[in-house]
Amino acid sequence: MRKSTIFLLVTALNLVLLLLLAVHARMGEQAAVASCTVSAGLVKEFQLTDLCLFTEARYTRHPSMADFHAPFQDHPGALDHFPSGSLVSPPCFSREGL
Amino acid sequence: MSAQLARHRNIIDFALSSLLRRKTKNISLLAVYTLIVVAIASAMLFINALKREAAAMLKDAPDMVVQKLVAGRHDLMPVSRGEVIGGITGVRGATPRLWGYYYDAVTRANYTVTVPGGGQPAAGSIYIGSAIARLTGFSHGDLMPLRTYKGESQLLQVVRVLPAEAELVSADLIVVSEKDFRELFSFPSGFATDLAVSVGNPRELATIATKIVSLFPDTRPIIKSEILRTYDAIFDWRGGMIVVMFSVAVLAFIIFAWDKASGLSAEERREIGILKSIGWETSDVLLLKFWEGAIISLTAFLCGAAMAYCHVFFFSASLFEHALKGWAVLYPQFRLAPAINAYQLTILFFLTVVPYTAATIIPSWRSATVDPDSSMR
Repeated sequence: MRKSTIFLLVTALNLVLLLLLAVHARMGEQAAVASCTVSAGLVKEFQLTDLCLFTEARYTRHPSMADFHAPFQDHPGALDHFPSGSLVSPPCFSREGL
Repeated sequence: MSAQLARHRNIIDFALSSLLRRKTKNISLLAVYTLIVVAIASAMLFINALKREAAAMLKDAPDMVVQKLVAGRHDLMPVSRGEVIGGITGVRGATPRLWGYYYDAVTRANYTVTVPGGGQPAAGSIYIGSAIARLTGFSHGDLMPLRTYKGESQLLQVVRVLPAEAELVSADLIVVSEKDFRELFSFPSGFATDLAVSVGNPRELATIATKIVSLFPDTRPIIKSEILRTYDAIFDWRGGMIVVMFSVAVLAFIIFAWDKASGLSAEERREIGILKSIGWETSDVLLLKFWEGAIISLTAFLCGAAMAYCHVFFFSASLFEHALKGWAVLYPQFRLAPAINAYQLTILFFLTVVPYTAATIIPSWRSATVDPDSSMR
């Protein structure tokens, strides 16, 4: 078999694989909606405000409820002490002056 | 048409033979290239999926949360202020929220203890998040000991383990009754952690927030859009450690690829000279170099994108877990809803395939336009 044929076949196979993954993503959306409904139900039931992603400190557990400068508690833009804090940038508040 | 196709196929044949002559060099280049695409595409898919989940899950979060501040720090909110805020036109209700943190010295984990607005568990009973159940081994019916702020032991019975599919919002939750909450933290009566305000018309949120601040200047209202925006800011892929780490890797790769692609070796220059002397046109040489670059970059992009999808959605982005987990003992186990963002993939394609292919062609064009005799010397 010619080398170009092998290359074109491999590329076509890769494209088909990407398309199949796109179809998988589309199909997975239905299941995800169900799981999201359970989470959204708990958010409503317990009046939750944040995702439980980082539980090591109060300002990483509830970033939206943290003090103004948290997670950069020393001053705005200061580097954080916790590893996950480096993923968190200061939130932007639009209603300045409140 | 078929002649053009045959020409391209012949050149692809030749390009593949040429790449295979320097097998080790090109296979290692392809491997590094694919890994870079996997890393960047994984970060893009993961952050995009998390942003979507955050927006979908937090859509029913309180319309507004009002905190009291003392010396710039969050303080306890007098419940009586809820009645005043509830009287503002447009406000449907202001419910006191009771929540706080409990550090478990045994497991060294931080739990979030909360009291729901309605449907509280009976006194002496608790609901726990599934990550706590997994960590501590407590299940339905077990008695969980907590240490109160007075130093006494408080035994609470687990009556419900929150569903595992909701770990992303409830992994570390302990839901207790108001009586148990106040007992556990010696929480003064007449005070709450903050107030959850519900509003009839979301468009009035900013006006109501301004009214609350003018009534109580020591308060800080946080409206729902700010909560959602906080998550946008957190997951915004411009400012993440993952991306910073990968930027270094990308820079290293750019230097590597530029060096490989732009600096033609003497052998490659000689090859171009021979091809020209046996009758190849400059355009043929450029087409050959285009295909050499395209074969490597296209294969790396397609394989890398598929591998990134599998990494994020089939293996729960296990490579990022340590970065996300940080020092936390409790970490939710979650499967993200699969999603492919065509726009981001297109950007990734143009950022990876196009520069490399261009970097391969330009030096070859320079080399292909010089006299074949001098190229071969």
